[in-house]
Amino acid sequence: MDLSTLLNTPQLLTVSDLYHSFAAYTITGLALGAIYALVALGYTMVYGVLQLINFAHSEVFMYGTFAMAWVVTYFHGTASSGQSLGSTLGLLGVCLVAAMITSALVALLVERVAYRPLIRRGSPKLVILISAIGASFSLAEVMGLRDRIAGWFGLDGKLSNYVSQARNVYSSPITINPHKVFELGGYGVTDVDLTVIFAALLMMVALDVFVNRSRLGRGIRAVAQDPEAAALMGVNSTRVIRTTFLIGGIMAGVAATLYMIRIGSTRNDAGFIIGIKAFTAAVMGGIGNLRGALVGGLFLGVMENWGSAVFGTQWKDVFTFVLLVVILLIRPTGILGESLGKARA
Amino acid sequence: MLLEVEDLCVNYGHIEAIRNISFSVAEGEITTLIGANGAGKTTTLKTISGLRKVREGKVVFDGTDITHLPPYARVKMGISQSPEGRGCFPGMTVRENLDMGAFVRRDRKSAAYREDIERVFQLFPRLQERFNQSAGTMSGGEQQMLAIGRALMARPRLVLLDEPSMGLAPRLIQQIFSIITEINQQGTTVLLVEQNAAQALRRAHQAHVLETGEIVRSGTGAELSGDESVKAAYLGGDL
Repeated sequence: MDLSTLLNTPQLLTVSDLYHSFAAYTITGLALGAIYALVALGYTMVYGVLQLINFAHSEVFMYGTFAMAWVVTYFHGTASSGQSLGSTLGLLGVCLVAAMITSALVALLVERVAYRPLIRRGSPKLVILISAIGASFSLAEVMGLRDRIAGWFGLDGKLSNYVSQARNVYSSPITINPHKVFELGGYGVTDVDLTVIFAALLMMVALDVFVNRSRLGRGIRAVAQDPEAAALMGVNSTRVIRTTFLIGGIMAGVAATLYMIRIGSTRNDAGFIIGIKAFTAAVMGGIGNLRGALVGGLFLGVMENWGSAVFGTQWKDVFTFVLLVVILLIRPTGILGESLGKARA
Repeated sequence: MLLEVEDLCVNYGHIEAIRNISFSVAEGEITTLIGANGAGKTTTLKTISGLRKVREGKVVFDGTDITHLPPYARVKMGISQSPEGRGCFPGMTVRENLDMGAFVRRDRKSAAYREDIERVFQLFPRLQERFNQSAGTMSGGEQQMLAIGRALMARPRLVLLDEPSMGLAPRLIQQIFSIITEINQQGTTVLLVEQNAAQALRRAHQAHVLETGEIVRSGTGAELSGDESVKAAYLGGDL
């Protein structure tokens, strides 16, 4: 639909649609937002500790989605199959662990290769930022060239289920039939919706407890508030930075699993849009603030759905980013607007 | 000697912040470095703590060369610092700040730990009143007390104090200096950096004068208090 036909459409704003299916748009928006929030945590934690945007975090997420898809392919081949509840749950458990480990390892790799050597050298922030962008492109391209890379080792035939047509959409051939659990405002809330939302909230609570109650968590807050003073307390900043990347990776792995449950397919550039959205969520909530990432993510997910209900799906990104600009004009530090270090228990 | 600094040179970019500094700190004493702004006092302390890279020279703590150890390893060995400008964690409560001071200790639940908190409260009763207050909301004097108390929570063998009297009301300055003496009498070795030369020299066993990155005079606190050129340059109207 181009602009002129859109403007000539009599019902430009279909508010009644949102009104009648309010619960459906809101619940699915929350589920989407929960995924944004989990990815946003990675951005916000690294920012809190280093005051740097980790542009490679979108790829940390993307590798997690592939880990899940590969695990499913390994157990079921490429044919779609519906499974009994028990075996589906078991499979999802394996997928979750695989995605968490994969994303965490990629995050640690990014820290080790793209960050640590530059931080040790005292490089300017811009240099580190560019290095992270380079890491992002490299990781996305490696995934997109995985057929060739397998070919170097003569494995492209054996692994063809995993690597062939590396630049195309890769589906995870698992069929999860969402079951209606209860009805809310005319919308049948499904077990998938609930799983996604509660898994995200659970991870958030766990992280909050870790950062505010544990010794290493206190070290992270200390580095975020004053790196030199933290060093004088005996905090090993290299270890804190590594832990920060690790946690971000684990959260991105969970997000990747939840994303695949809902969307079911991925691609070597799948991280880009989710990454931008999650980064937006982090900024909206107040970058550097863990709870801000949650608030920003859920808010963005819901707004995106409401926006697409009112303005049409094509306009949802325009709507959400205009909203971002408006929010930052009113509250430049984001909705919650405190740093990771200053966030109080 | 608990701490020995030998021919230390430290650069700040291309500027030589300190040049060929040598001095030592005897166990159980208060040693002070005095000098004007920009003389290199803070750089010296930061280098001893490992926050600045050494261009030449050595830092030896209790017989071990620590010149290239990372800061956290030095804290574990028993060097802690109350930094210039206090450096309290503004988003943490007094309690959390004190806990941070004890970061290298693994005995947070022990009786020894509670004893140390009690000791800090004895030195600074104000901190007990403010226990659950966020450090960023406290006055400058209270933050100074917190920074010193926090440095003591590591149970250091050597505590480095950077300008503890800076920006404090005169009555508080007296109090802070008598507390420093008390800390020392309880068995902690102190390396004190001060612009308030009169007070520092009165409290210190050994003293060194820094000028533009070099030590120009050394002696006991009493000797330097009586030295004509030190009087003229740093004690001025005080005496």
